[in-house]
Amino acid sequence: MKYLSEYRDGALASKIADGINAISKKPARFMEVCGTHTVAIFRHGIRGILPEHIELISGPGCPVCVTATRDIDKAIKVGRIPDVIVATFGDLMRVPGSESSLQKEKSLGADVRMVYSTMDALDIARQNGEKKVVFLGIGFETTSPTIAAAVLAAEAEGIDNFSVLSSHKLIPPAVGALLAGGELDVSGFICPGHVSTVIGTAPYEPVAAHYHTPCVVVGFEPIDILQGIYMLVSQIEAGEARVEIQYRRSVTPEGNPNAIKTLYRVFEPCDAPWRGLGVIPKSGLALREEYRAFDADAQFDLEVPDAPEPPGCMCGDILRGVKTPMDCKLFRKACTPENPVGPCMVSTEGTCAAYYKYSRL
Amino acid sequence: MCLAVPMEVIEIDGQNARVGLGGVVRDIRLDILDERPEIGDYVIVHAGFALHRIDPEDARITLQLWKEMGAIDEVPE
Repeated sequence: MKYLSEYRDGALASKIADGINAISKKPARFMEVCGTHTVAIFRHGIRGILPEHIELISGPGCPVCVTATRDIDKAIKVGRIPDVIVATFGDLMRVPGSESSLQKEKSLGADVRMVYSTMDALDIARQNGEKKVVFLGIGFETTSPTIAAAVLAAEAEGIDNFSVLSSHKLIPPAVGALLAGGELDVSGFICPGHVSTVIGTAPYEPVAAHYHTPCVVVGFEPIDILQGIYMLVSQIEAGEARVEIQYRRSVTPEGNPNAIKTLYRVFEPCDAPWRGLGVIPKSGLALREEYRAFDADAQFDLEVPDAPEPPGCMCGDILRGVKTPMDCKLFRKACTPENPVGPCMVSTEGTCAAYYKYSRL
Repeated sequence: MCLAVPMEVIEIDGQNARVGLGGVVRDIRLDILDERPEIGDYVIVHAGFALHRIDPEDARITLQLWKEMGAIDEVPE
């Protein structure tokens, strides 16, 4: 398959791994920010072919995992309003709120429907004119422009029974917050490829410059990841800290200006709560005043009490890269994919779920 | 959740397109694309939208890097 199979070639992977082993002298700790990378690194056994002094740690880039309990509670609350249909990406269904989950609500009679695209949610709105369709907007810059495009399509078509409950988040402010926190020990970032397909590379320049930490934007196939690590190691060995693109076939320095324009036409940055990281200034997206008619927060009373994290759950520390699932007392015992306590075990791209599936006991 | 895949454009109708990959066919939107694709182009698809048209020349830069690393002998055509 074009642009896929050539990046899965085992012999090429071995050669690149040899290259890394040949040039790498200094110990290094790289954070893969994105949950899709976390899973790919496990699935392809990348850790096993790297030098022992190179460590890979997982970061906060799983949108489901960083969604605050309170935001799940709001989604559950809106689903309990009569004549509301909740449309959501499947990933959110099983995430526990403070007392329920969307899946439980569905089994109790709430109309919760899984969709592949926001455009599917718009179809549901068209077909159910007497009901109100609320789409749960989660995801990073890869996903949020698609939600913005759906809002614009709804506006153009005069669809007035569609709204978005936005928990969208932005990656660069989170990376900045991790470094500003001072507890994270990291030598470089494996930056999420598809986020930069939209935003380009400029938002990482301050990270590289201010914290002298190399950032390489990397694709998701095994060759991509190995080459990205090679590029990071090259910078570390040379004492450099630059922003580079490994994932050339999908990322340009300027990103996708049309997607950015669409995104910021509908949304504006707002302070947002991240599970484990607290409130990060200007790290979330709220619908602009002009699009209030499509803002579920403005359409419904969705105030919910503050929700504490589940006792003993270390998802917060894991999302900040300061602990691994192995450090958590609940991991594999009270917390499993069948009965997840925290969100990192729920999402297939969560760090705990990936460790559970791929790491040895 | 940031999974996206390269798919080949099979049909285009305004902002709608049909794309395919290994026998899988999907209908997607082109609203947020940076440049309009043509039939036969590959686009990166995420959640029902094309995010990027792949420029074969950009893809070749990666292959060039493999060559510089000594991982391949020649950049394939």
